[in-house]
Amino acid sequence: MSQNVITSPTGHDAHDEHHGPSGLLKWLTTTDHKIIGLSYTITAVVMLIIGGALAELIRAQLATSNGHLVSFAQYNELFTMHGSIMIYLFVGPFAFGALANIIVPLQIGAPDMACPRHNALRYWLYLSGSITMLLGFFTAGGAANFGWVGYAPLTSSLNAPGAGADLWIGGLLLTGFSAIFTGVNLIATIFYLRAPGMTMFRMPIFTWNLLVTAILILLAFPVLTAGLIMLYADRHFGTHVFSVAGGGVPVLWQHIFWFWGHPEVYILALPFFGMATEIIAVFSKKPVFGYKGMIFATITIAALSLGVWAHHMFTTGVVLLPFFSIMSLLIAVPTGIKIFNWIGTMWRGELWFSTAMLMSIGFLITFLIGGLTGIYLASPPLDFFTHDTYFVVAHFHSVVMALVLAAMGGLYFWGPKITGFLLNERIGKAQFWLLFIGTQVFTFPLYILGLQGMPRRMAVYPLHHDWVNLNAISSVGAVLIGISTLLFALNIVVSWKKYPAGDNPWDAQTLEWFTTSPPPHHNFYRLPQIRSERPTWDYNHPEHKSVAHASHEN
Amino acid sequence: MKIEAKLLLFLGLFFGAMCAVYWTWSLENAGGVMMFSGMLLCFLPGSYYLWWSRRMKARPEDNPNATQESGAGFVGTFPGSSIFPFVLGMGAFFVVLALVFGIWLLVPGFALAIWALLGGTSEGRRGGNR
Ligand code: HEM
Ligand SMILES: [Cu+2]
Repeated sequence: MSQNVITSPTGHDAHDEHHGPSGLLKWLTTTDHKIIGLSYTITAVVMLIIGGALAELIRAQLATSNGHLVSFAQYNELFTMHGSIMIYLFVGPFAFGALANIIVPLQIGAPDMACPRHNALRYWLYLSGSITMLLGFFTAGGAANFGWVGYAPLTSSLNAPGAGADLWIGGLLLTGFSAIFTGVNLIATIFYLRAPGMTMFRMPIFTWNLLVTAILILLAFPVLTAGLIMLYADRHFGTHVFSVAGGGVPVLWQHIFWFWGHPEVYILALPFFGMATEIIAVFSKKPVFGYKGMIFATITIAALSLGVWAHHMFTTGVVLLPFFSIMSLLIAVPTGIKIFNWIGTMWRGELWFSTAMLMSIGFLITFLIGGLTGIYLASPPLDFFTHDTYFVVAHFHSVVMALVLAAMGGLYFWGPKITGFLLNERIGKAQFWLLFIGTQVFTFPLYILGLQGMPRRMAVYPLHHDWVNLNAISSVGAVLIGISTLLFALNIVVSWKKYPAGDNPWDAQTLEWFTTSPPPHHNFYRLPQIRSERPTWDYNHPEHKSVAHASHEN
Repeated sequence: MKIEAKLLLFLGLFFGAMCAVYWTWSLENAGGVMMFSGMLLCFLPGSYYLWWSRRMKARPEDNPNATQESGAGFVGTFPGSSIFPFVLGMGAFFVVLALVFGIWLLVPGFALAIWALLGGTSEGRRGGNR
């Protein structure tokens, strides 16, 4: 219950081990960003496993045309909670809560996040929000069942009377506030706690991406939170914001939801783009190709992402098609720059195909597939044809499975920094191949099914064409993905405290690899001089220092 | 601090321009209002930082040639471990559960929240060393 006055780490002893409480109390009371980040990581991976288990149930139900595994009502709960858990409780928190919390302060040479107690609070809000949403399964009416997007009027008190719907809303309120606090904390940390010489254009791309993510969080999440409060009022206080009966406008919910929902796609994706960027540079033994171009691409993506929300609403007939179509297509430009730069980073590099690198390349390919099919969907005539079919499901699963690949890469890459131990590379590579191939086997048939008109969110389907075969193949892919997750668990068990990592196992470039693994309580005993965006590399390789390319800034 | 300010101002300008095109073309108010607010949300801190960056001393983290020694000294005060974030989080948890399971849950919810706010602030005041 005291404070640590931190002075800069040049030759001071302010970084002795911290004598705080231990055991469970340590986890409950910690304000150390690394332990909070670890709590986030573990919770988010548990959510991935729960969401994944629901996905396997969905695929088991759909493996035959007339499955009897679950009832229609249960199926609605299944896809709703699968989508909700994955998006709200896994990818998002993993992206900006887990590795970000551990790595961002380390990358900029900071002793902690800017507001450590606030940082702890946001974890508790995330955990309690997750529990709130999952409680829905244990209520009489079952969990929420209106899809992860909660469209009006499905969410009205008439159509969704149960407690599950309210728990869904409540869980999102808590995790929403958690996300907003994350945004504030990340921005404050990046603006105010950088080490001397760590100018904005020397920050690692991962940190840059999290800065932009944080700004997007602050722009988008309050809108969702406000929408949820209106929804709750509609359900319980007799207002009619979203119901026609009282003069409300159901489609307003879609505007509000997607004004959050599309930026959310980049809130989810940008941190993983950053992870892949760092990993690809390190395992190519090269600086990031087009460092500034990468940053400007990120900023442009963020800027455009606020003007594309209604590409999810083309078929409502009440949105300005050309505007949203053009804006959406424009996003392909900065995204293309990024893909080009990733390839440029690898080009003529000294490639080292570690598990982390394989995962990142897998991310790149899978994301490219998702991005290209997204261009089809951004065109209204094509979207009219494919909207609400499995083509959409396939498109966004290419995207989110790419993010899962990147997340796994991040765990293999940065896990050793925080635990001090490496994971087994052989199991890691087996996991990669299963995950990568499984993903393509799972999504590819769904694209075809979508083009043949199979609607999403259906528990049974007619015996059209070869729909049974295609669905069965997709389910096989899902099983491969499931096995890859088991391999990950196996790897943790097998490698437990077995392969000490040392400070810098990958000959990496950025500051987090300058300190010990795991880092001490306030992160650094000492810092190198920072003269480029690769301070650790410059320190270890004085013979080929990076060329500083940003000397005119202030 | 200038780059930080310019980043936010650039985003604000972009949203403003996008909003102008969208609103006049579509005449749809929900999106127009949300984009306009997005612009304000960027301009508010962005203009503050720009104003502030002109009057503050250059910081070592903005100086490309800064040495680690130039940053020596006070960085900030970081709290040690504290139970109050957890208590406040549980307070919020109960408040949200009250929305679903009954208004009486507000009692423990607010009790925890108030305890955390009082405890947290007085803990912050005491300060001092480890
Ligand atoms: C093992 C991997 C996965 C499998 C096998 C899988 C399977 C499925 C299937 C078959 C559906 C369609 C259900 C239907 O429309 O009837 C679905 C929906 C969905 N999935 Fe996944 N999924 C996986 C991973 C993920 C991940 C990683 C995410 C997000 C990060 C995700 C997010 C979603 C969302 C948002 C929906 C839409 C739910 C709705 O329609 O409301 N899925 N998933
Ligand atoms: Cu979108």
